[in-house]
Amino acid sequence: MADLVSHPDEVRVVSRRLGQGATDIDRYLELDGYKAVRKALAMEPDAIINEVKNSGLRGRGGAGFSTGMKWSFVPKQSAKPKYVLCNGDESEPGTCKDRLIFEHDPHSVIEGVMIAALAVGAKSGYIYIRGEYRYLSNIMQKAIRDAYAKGFAGKNIFGSGRDLDIYWHGGAGAYEVGEESALMESLEGKRGIPRIRPPFPAVVGLWGGPTVINNAETLASVPHIILGGAEWYAKIGPPKNGGTRLFCLSGNLAKPGVYELPMGYNLKKMIYDVGGGIPNGRKLKAVVPGGSSTPCLTADEIDVAMDFDSVAKAGSMLGSGGVVVIDDAQCIVKFALRTMKFYQHESCGWCIPCREGTDWLKKTLMRFHAGGGLKKDIDNMQYLSENMLGRTFCPLGDAAAMPTIAFVKKFRKEFEDHLEGRPCPFEKEGAVEQLPVLA
Amino acid sequence: MKFSDEFESRFTEMVGHYPTKRSALVPTLLYAQDEAGFLSDEVIAEIASRLDLTELDVRNVISYYSMLTTKPRGKFNVQVCTNISCLVRGGEEILRHCSKKLGIGNKGTTPDGLFSLEEVECIGACSWAPAAQVNYDFHENLTAEKIDRVLDEYKNKGTQ
Repeated sequence: MADLVSHPDEVRVVSRRLGQGATDIDRYLELDGYKAVRKALAMEPDAIINEVKNSGLRGRGGAGFSTGMKWSFVPKQSAKPKYVLCNGDESEPGTCKDRLIFEHDPHSVIEGVMIAALAVGAKSGYIYIRGEYRYLSNIMQKAIRDAYAKGFAGKNIFGSGRDLDIYWHGGAGAYEVGEESALMESLEGKRGIPRIRPPFPAVVGLWGGPTVINNAETLASVPHIILGGAEWYAKIGPPKNGGTRLFCLSGNLAKPGVYELPMGYNLKKMIYDVGGGIPNGRKLKAVVPGGSSTPCLTADEIDVAMDFDSVAKAGSMLGSGGVVVIDDAQCIVKFALRTMKFYQHESCGWCIPCREGTDWLKKTLMRFHAGGGLKKDIDNMQYLSENMLGRTFCPLGDAAAMPTIAFVKKFRKEFEDHLEGRPCPFEKEGAVEQLPVLA
Repeated sequence: MKFSDEFESRFTEMVGHYPTKRSALVPTLLYAQDEAGFLSDEVIAEIASRLDLTELDVRNVISYYSMLTTKPRGKFNVQVCTNISCLVRGGEEILRHCSKKLGIGNKGTTPDGLFSLEEVECIGACSWAPAAQVNYDFHENLTAEKIDRVLDEYKNKGTQ
């Protein structure tokens, strides 16, 4: 069970019911649960979509696409059944927020899936939870059973005459499955190989039917928007960046934890005030602002508003909300290597630039960290990464390339400090992994 | 091949969730592995026949997912995360400590079959790093002393 934290600057929307016992359906009902879906049942589908559009809600998985817009792409008429798919395959390093929602407030996800289904005219919704989160899958399975027992799901929901089924599904360990087309493949019982687009899932998705895919936090936000109104939600954040975000503060911080802060909250304040600053008398070296795939920001670049547009302007991405803080005792080459080891491990091998690129970059970084790097490798890493960008079916290639480009560009000196067989200046026992040193 | 009643009722329910039988494959494999310890030839043949797939189809899927294994593992699979959030808070030290204590390397299994050790990718415990999972249980904010206690508890549980 993950520990909960709090800070006076928090605005509790999605995290409102954390620690309130809301896994129990009766308790959830006491806490305004299932009111939003009842309201949505009385609304026209287009009115639901407009409400979500106007709220400024953008995808919390990382891409930051307008949720209402995504829903509006689903055709009104379809010969094949339509589906809603909740992405709970949380696995971007640095991200641990959906876990808290599933653990404390599973019905909010079910309710969000139901509202999305009403908006697009789907009769089935799937909630996909990563395999490692077994205890959360158990919580979700019970929550779904309870919703059926109350008549909230299944036939004639809430006595409305409409049918809506909610199902759970589980993964078995794969980062790439968090990508929406690979997620559908996985749900269909296959390897999580991404699909080429177009057609987009909104038109051809699960089993060929139009499918809406949203992150768990996105869907858990929807009931609050329907109840509180688009205007209220939009005003919490800056323009076009409605609402709040669950920021997962991790790394070298005095008070790491998952905090719900308004969109646009200042990153410097997030690190030094909310997160309690850097412990052990250390200084900030860099921060990865939105999960491992986002380019790092240096200590001089953190005076930035944490919303999608401002972070993009600062040259990075708000991503999944995983803020990883790195102090000056850490070696950036090693950090870049660990990041690349991850992407190399998770690349499905379908697209050559990603399969080969991640492997070459990992090997180069390993050699580099062990003191066997060549000066030209620094530019080579940059060149390789830049040539992976935009050349793969799914964004995993970009996710591996983008942070590498930033590490090399912003911390070139640290790479140079590893040259000519010098031991890593940060490693007490010397670099563990060795590859042959090139002449 | 005999699975528990709980497995059977969940399987029956799950197959009804989807328009195609195959869709139940990934979660079914994981639940089957939890009962059998690993995905043996026998388990693979059984699941393939239940879902109208070839054994090759099933093996293709198994090789994609990192949690699925066709080789036996220890009763308690110790999975230590060393990804970025854990890395900067001593995840590698925890892994090395476990390796020393258990006397096995990454992906190794103790001779008594009680423990196996695995370096894993992010398990979603970043704000509570460093972290590890033993089977499905999370152990967070780890120190060498804390993981010692955790492993001792499993050892007692396993040898009782």
